[in-house]
Amino acid sequence: MNASTVRSDDVPGAAPTGAPATVAFERSKDGDLVVLLSGAWRLGAPRPDPQALTRELAAGPLQRVVLDAQGVEAWDTALLAWLRAAIQACEARGIAVDRSRLPPGVSQLLRLAEIVVEPAQHDEAPPPTFLARVGARTTRIGHDVIGTLRFLGNLTLALGRFVTSRAQFRRSDLYRLIQDAGADAIPIITMISLVVGLILAFVGALQLRLFGADLYVADLVGIAMVREMGAMVVGIIMAGRTGAAYAAQLGTMKVTEEVDALATFGISPIDFLVVPRVVALFLMVPLLCLYSIVLGILGGAVVGVFMLGLSRQLYFDQTLRSLSLPDLYGGLFHGVVYGLLVGITGCLRGMRCGNDAAAVGAATTSAVVTGVVAIVVADGILAVVFNVLGI
Amino acid sequence: MAATEYVGRIPDREPHIEVRGLELSYAGSEILRDVTFTVGRGDVFVIMGGSGSGKSTLLRSMIGLLEPGAGDIAYAGKSFTRAERYERANMLRRFGVLYQKSALWSSMTLAENIGLVLEEYTDLTPEEIREVASFKLALVGLSGFEDHLPGEISGGMQKRAGIARAMTLDPEILFLDEPSAGLDPITSLRLDDLIVALRESLGATIVVVTHELESLLAIGDNSIFLDGETKTIIARGAPRDLLEHCPDPKVQAFLRRSEGRSTPEKR
Repeated sequence: MNASTVRSDDVPGAAPTGAPATVAFERSKDGDLVVLLSGAWRLGAPRPDPQALTRELAAGPLQRVVLDAQGVEAWDTALLAWLRAAIQACEARGIAVDRSRLPPGVSQLLRLAEIVVEPAQHDEAPPPTFLARVGARTTRIGHDVIGTLRFLGNLTLALGRFVTSRAQFRRSDLYRLIQDAGADAIPIITMISLVVGLILAFVGALQLRLFGADLYVADLVGIAMVREMGAMVVGIIMAGRTGAAYAAQLGTMKVTEEVDALATFGISPIDFLVVPRVVALFLMVPLLCLYSIVLGILGGAVVGVFMLGLSRQLYFDQTLRSLSLPDLYGGLFHGVVYGLLVGITGCLRGMRCGNDAAAVGAATTSAVVTGVVAIVVADGILAVVFNVLGI
Repeated sequence: MAATEYVGRIPDREPHIEVRGLELSYAGSEILRDVTFTVGRGDVFVIMGGSGSGKSTLLRSMIGLLEPGAGDIAYAGKSFTRAERYERANMLRRFGVLYQKSALWSSMTLAENIGLVLEEYTDLTPEEIREVASFKLALVGLSGFEDHLPGEISGGMQKRAGIARAMTLDPEILFLDEPSAGLDPITSLRLDDLIVALRESLGATIVVVTHELESLLAIGDNSIFLDGETKTIIARGAPRDLLEHCPDPKVQAFLRRSEGRSTPEKR
């Protein structure tokens, strides 16, 4: 049978044409079982239950199984997969299989499927015990910690080279990254900061009104934005926006061996890829913080002026009275720290990314999570430090 | 330019793919012009040419990833270029494509890579899908690797898994972009056997873009030779015939590259 003539024009998986696939069994006197296959064997069409053969094999002693597909009108993988399972079932019982009545194309493909190029290493070992799992996990954490420390060490050295103008990187890359981490982030920072200012003022106003202390909404918004929220808003936005982008970019470069290519040319990937990114965030986040603070106070003023009926002059005077320069320096210092943390975690996750697309996804997620956690932890530590220093 | 095109021996088969006056450009620059050829049903058709001659671009346009600037591609007499969306999707389902870098979905196991397509297009039960996937993997010698992720197997094995995935729906036309690139000689030989077996047993038409001389001489029934300079076909015919009779120096340089190494023998 020439298989090319039996391939009808139907789309694979579409309703097949021809008689349904059937199987019949005949036992000959000399202990042979003839498996008679007929009809159209197509994927998506009903096929005889493979168990039928198993039952037949178990029914009595057999010398040989003859597979006869001369009645098959059309076939595709459906027939091949069925036959393969049948042959395996016979072989498992030590029964010889006669394939001489299969179409040549079918037996050729079946033979091809039997050649084992490299056996898969099946893990026959029992699942690791609880202690082994704890041990493996601990070792992995150890490796991660060492890897992270090595990255931080290398980055510190590279930043040293950057400051002394010995780092290998392209200035144009740095400018592009600065634009990406700075100017391009302004729209989202504008929107979120305004809303945060509005919310702070609104929630504050509801409470302060009870005491007739409406005016202190200005203090509340001003102090909150300057000391904490400005930097926090920018830090979290940048972790989700830029930190994730860094992890994805570097992770993809790792997967496509671009990072290795740099290293083999003697260009330090840390110098070339990480330093410009960290520096861009280090420079831009404090500026964005300043911008966010102004926008947050404006948002608060909207509530103060339009909802509480305070005069604009009064609101801004009150805001200025409540703030001091050290507050602003403290807020901007938060920004510097957050910028560094977001840049470092994004690049760290990207550079320690695995080898496939899924790993890039994991690295990106991890960059955002680590970035946000680092920001919150750093905020706690800074609060304690500022308190001790009396700022 | 306008070097007269050499036409060698071409097997006489019912046309399956017809490409007429195709013009392709990429990012504003012209890659190929006036490309016309016919692929017979059941042929192993080789697209050859030097680097940058537009082989892969031509292949991409044949599978609908790149719209031609002019000309037409027809499968079994039906225009693919001018087909409606639905009709085109139906035609695409009869193609199997192996991409240069295998393009296995990295977050899925090999069995899932094959199973996804079956889940989409057939109403097989999960057990049947598993069975088919396992058979397809066995065909390329990857029996037992069903539950491995692409990242856990070697590049050559990924390539083979890519072929298994391309064969999922028993395609009528199999497009292979550099199938043997990065494979060891034995695996590459086995791949040639597989291609020939698929052609013989399933009657599939196979379009191969390749640089592998031994492979293309061994399996190619018909071929075209693309030239990056004139941006069109400069020779066509059975690869062996081109090797022996084509007077074009570029074709000769390409096909004789293996001289001095092991002489390819027809398998």
